[in-house]
Order: sequence, then structure tokens, then C-alpha cells
Amino acid sequence: MKSALHLGSIALLVVTWIVASHMLGERLLPEPKAVVLALLDEARSGALAFNLSVTLLRVFASFAIAMALGTLIGLLMGRNPIFNWLADPWLIVLLNLPALVIIVLAYIWAGLTDTAAIAAVALNKLPIAIVTIREGARALDPMLDEMATVFRMSRRLRLIKVTLPQLAPYLVATARSGLSLVWKIVLIVEMLGRPNGVGFEIGAAFQLFDVTRILAYALAFTVVMLAIEAFLVQPLERHVSRWRLRPA
Amino acid sequence: MYPAGVSGRLELHIKNKSYRTVTGGRLHVLGKLSIALAKGDVAALVGPSGCGKTTLLRIIMGLDRDFEGVVSLPADCRLGVVFQEPRLLPWWTVEENIRLAAPQASEMALSALFATLGLTEHRLHYPGELSLGLARRVALARAFAVEPDLLILDEPFVSLDAPLAARLRAELIELVSRRPVTTMLVTHSIDEAIGLADRVFLLSPSPAHIVADVPIENPRGPRSADEIAVMANRIKRAANLA
Repeated sequence: MKSALHLGSIALLVVTWIVASHMLGERLLPEPKAVVLALLDEARSGALAFNLSVTLLRVFASFAIAMALGTLIGLLMGRNPIFNWLADPWLIVLLNLPALVIIVLAYIWAGLTDTAAIAAVALNKLPIAIVTIREGARALDPMLDEMATVFRMSRRLRLIKVTLPQLAPYLVATARSGLSLVWKIVLIVEMLGRPNGVGFEIGAAFQLFDVTRILAYALAFTVVMLAIEAFLVQPLERHVSRWRLRPA
Repeated sequence: MYPAGVSGRLELHIKNKSYRTVTGGRLHVLGKLSIALAKGDVAALVGPSGCGKTTLLRIIMGLDRDFEGVVSLPADCRLGVVFQEPRLLPWWTVEENIRLAAPQASEMALSALFATLGLTEHRLHYPGELSLGLARRVALARAFAVEPDLLILDEPFVSLDAPLAARLRAELIELVSRRPVTTMLVTHSIDEAIGLADRVFLLSPSPAHIVADVPIENPRGPRSADEIAVMANRIKRAANLA
């Protein structure tokens, strides 16, 4: 039933695409068939695999940095009021700084390098991760903390077995929203200052008004991100909530 | 202050404990009170609700250090605590919960403990799958698994139906008789105190002080309902005289 609905909805999307393509014309919106053919062309030349892997590496690097730092700082801010007051103005500035400003400044200060690109993306994701994890840290159950204290649990054991499992729903939420944000920003960063990657290819196609290639790369990367969601994020979520009673 | 006491002995002398209220005033919870327990003593604290029993336990556990007075615990005191709520970690199984608190416990000791408390078939269950009665048993098992020098029980049988509470009391008696341990039990049932303790401390309404310290003859021995009623009357009289 569920998969039938899914398939029906995808078929409807393709039909809408074809109809819109006929209304707008081949140049503005090519048919799905043309996009798939362009995609196969890119795949055959090896450019698709190269660009996808370069972009994915950037996505994972900046995602990992933002998650690690965001968890650390979010935990500190949620648990320690002095640190929270100190860091809060910085957080608000960073939260409201436009992505474009961070990217451009990173390229100016650190040069047109991968380090600058990854740092700029991580910095865009970081404040959102901090805010979510901080809420999680504030919601930690003091009763369980007291239990860990009276039973003399070590700091390390406490972090791994008591604190992080309580943060798990917040971590999964941050990971899910983070991954989709990060890959969108990576594309902009690539377009502005990298010589390869999906973002660079889309930027080049834009110069030539080559809508077919733009759609081909967008489609390929969306499929990759959907696969990551289905095969990585969702199983992880099921694992961290395995102890919850399943609704009958 | 928390000096290490003579081995196995718990002593506490509290001069005063108050809380700052939200409106800026001070709420006086504990008055002057002293309790000394020898190794293996089982003491019951009985008092009206809100008299500061839980506060007193928190001071002994070291969770509340904002008070005037001295608490001396047995040297290198290992604590076993049963809170009012089970306080289990919902994402670990029953067995993992207990092993986390008591990493040194042997497989044999744990199996025996599970058997005594009727938890053997629940070892791999998550706390969310347990009834409150079962969860309280797991909390008891966790406190005993650490082989504590000082056992603290804060109304461990509250909100359980009478037959189940009676069964758990019997299991507690069995555990204490198997391995004597200095125990501090908070309850508001005098009958429960008579059934479990060597000594019953009666507390006044807040700010709490001790109004009577009654030793129990033949502690944890079998007694009839009449005998319990007679003892309960004696304790209540002692409280009124004081």
C-alpha cells in the first residue's frame, strides 16, 4: 500500500514534468528522457562519478566538523550557565550571518582552497547544530544524573551511557536537517570558488544556459542524498530508538 | 563536611538546613538532629509527608552539600540507593542497567540476585516494558548488586498494591539477612518500619527534629498483626510524650 502510493506519486511527478516541458519548450525545461541521456553521457565519460565523489567528500567533511563541534559546544552551553552567557552573543551573530558572507570571507581570508570551502560550510551549519544540542542538554534528566552520581559512575561512562543516549533524538534531528542544509551550501561554495564538484558543473552549465545538464546533476545528487537518508540516517534512527515500545 | 568515619559507622549531626524560596525567603526544612548507626543497623525514618525526610537522605548521599552540620560515612563508603522513582536508564536492558552501576558484580552474584527478586526472565527487557512493581525490583537489585556499605531506601514501596509491597518487603528482608548492611529506610508507614528496622526514628513536622528513637525487639522476626498493632501504639505514644 505504502510503496504503491510512493510509486503513484513519483509517476505523477514525471507526468507533470513531461507536460510542463511541452508547455515551456525543450530549451527551458527538457523532457526527463533528455535529462537521463545527458546523465548517462556524464556517467560514461567518468565526470559524473568524479564530481559526485568530490562533492560528497566535502559534504561529509564539513558535516562531521559541524556535528562534532556543535555537540561539544551545545553540551557546554546547555550545562554551564556561565559559558552559555559568554557564548550566546557569538552564537546569535553566527546564526544570523548570511551564508554568502561567510563563504566569501572564507575564500578571501584562506584563499580559494578546499580548507576554506569546508570551513565555510561547517561554519554555516554549526550554529544550528549548537542551538538544537543545547536544547537537548537543557532537557537532560537531573534524576538520572543523581543516580549516576550516587552509583559513582566515571565521567566517561556517564557521557557514553547516560548523557549521549538522552541526546540521541536531538543528534538525529540535527544530523537530518544538517545533511540537507550542508549539501545545498556545498554546491554554492563549489560554484563560487572550486574548480570541480557538482556545484561547479551546475555553475558552468548556468553560464551556457544548459538546463539539461543542470537538471542531470541535480537529479544525480538528489538520488545520492536520498540513498544516504534511506540507508544511513533511518537505520541509525531505528537503532537509537530500539528501546522504545513499538506502537501496536 | 564529609569526613570518613569509624569503619562501617554512619554518623550525622545536622544543625540546620534551609532552602532559599523563589520569593527570596528561606524555608527551614531540618532543625537540629543527630543520628548514629552501627555497622549493620537498619534504621527507619518515619515522619509526616513534607517533613524533610528526602532532604535528609540527599544530604547523606552527598547530593545536597548546602547545610550546616557534619555527616560522616563509613570509610570508602559504597552507596546503594533506591530512589522514590526507579530511575532506570530506559535505553539499556535490565541487566545492562545493573551492570553499569555495579561493574564488579560477578555473574553468579547477579544470577542469585535476579532469582531472589523474580527478575530472571526480565534480564533482557527494557525498563519501558516493565510494570512499576518490576521496575522497583530492578532498582532494588541495582542497589544490592553494588554490595553497598550503606543502603539508602526512599519510600521504595510507595504506590504499589499491598500484597506486592508485602512481597518486596519480604525480599528486602531476605537480602539484608543474607548480607548485613547499614541501612537507612524512609517510610511513612509505621507498620513497614516495624517490619523492617532495628530502630525507628520518628521525625516531627518541618523543620524536622527527632521526637522518638525506638528500638525494635527481635527485628525482622515473625509477628502477628496484634503484636504489630501493640508496637505501633507504643511508638505513637512515645511520639506524643516527646
